[in-house]
Amino acid sequence: MNADCQKEITRYMHEYLDGELPKEQVVKLREHLEQCQDCHQHFQELKQSIMFVRGLSNSVKAPEHFTENVLSLLPKEKRTIKLQRWFHLHPFLTACAIFFVFMMGSFVALWEQDQQFSFTKQPNLVVKGNTVIVPKGKTVKGDLVVRNGDIRIEGEVDGDVTVINGEKYMASAGKVTGNIQEIHQMFEWLWFHMKELVAQ
Amino acid sequence: MDVFIRKKIRQVLKGDQNAFGEIVEIYKDKVYQLCYRMLGNRHEAEDVAQEAFLRAYLNIRRYDENRKFSTWLYRITTNLCIDRIRKKKPDYHLDADIEGSENLTLYSQIASSSHLPEQEVEHMELQESIQQAILKLPEKYRAVIILKYMEELSVEEIAGILDMPVGTVKTRLHRGREALRKHLRKL
Repeated sequence: MNADCQKEITRYMHEYLDGELPKEQVVKLREHLEQCQDCHQHFQELKQSIMFVRGLSNSVKAPEHFTENVLSLLPKEKRTIKLQRWFHLHPFLTACAIFFVFMMGSFVALWEQDQQFSFTKQPNLVVKGNTVIVPKGKTVKGDLVVRNGDIRIEGEVDGDVTVINGEKYMASAGKVTGNIQEIHQMFEWLWFHMKELVAQ
Repeated sequence: MDVFIRKKIRQVLKGDQNAFGEIVEIYKDKVYQLCYRMLGNRHEAEDVAQEAFLRAYLNIRRYDENRKFSTWLYRITTNLCIDRIRKKKPDYHLDADIEGSENLTLYSQIASSSHLPEQEVEHMELQESIQQAILKLPEKYRAVIILKYMEELSVEEIAGILDMPVGTVKTRLHRGREALRKHLRKL
């Protein structure tokens, strides 16, 4: 082996190892390695070194809890993100929550609609301002609902009486055959509507 | 894979740290391996690997989506390793001694507790010699050799990671292989 050939051949070896040696030179390299023991050994040692290093790859793994440790180093994340992720992880509960919000919304709308004075139209009723009167000696047949107003019962009601957001005055002669209900709070009102909904 | 990473990065950009956790899970072994082989010490490797991910998180806005995420992550990691090597250079021999004794106790512990067969001990000794040979390489060759033969990256990718021309990477690869050959020929 002379110094000149070695320089060129060594370059060939490395280009070969990089997979970039043109075919003609590969033949040349091979021919030379067959003749030259020193270069042959040099080439074998290079290939072996690569094999040794490759043999080490993937033999170490990140320590346990590595990811948790990294995450604990990060600055605190915003709360909105946590909420969004919670929604992602709990689609059913999210659906329930959304449903509940819409239900509440419709009830509130209904509530606001219901802020006006109204009552079940029945014969024999007398209305004075916001007060519905069942006159003395008269009988109302059927249920009676009064919203946002009072009721004064001097006669007889043959059914249930419900007063929402109002007062009920019962004269001594007054008589109700069914249930009497007074609803003041929004929640009671809500409950009443839900029951009605179910009853329907 | 790339589509998945891209999706996760978008979530990280919105501030989702769990998405970042998933990215860490994917790359932790690769990044840790790079650090360990560059530094030759488990504690330091863990420290630097964590630091690399932390920096990636803090600078995620600077990541260019059109380039490979792994290239960017490897670049951060390699730079941190090289910084660490340069900082500890003056007391290199002191460190080497400590590392040696650490490994010795580790070996003896493993050997005594599980009674490894002789072959396996030999295998571990061989691995240790190879690691020592890698550590003897100057850091600019070391990085190229590790990225090429342990992380299995192309010369072009390595050029992107080290921010240098492909020709320079090849030259370093050639010199690195020659240096390794000198250290490993006796094995």
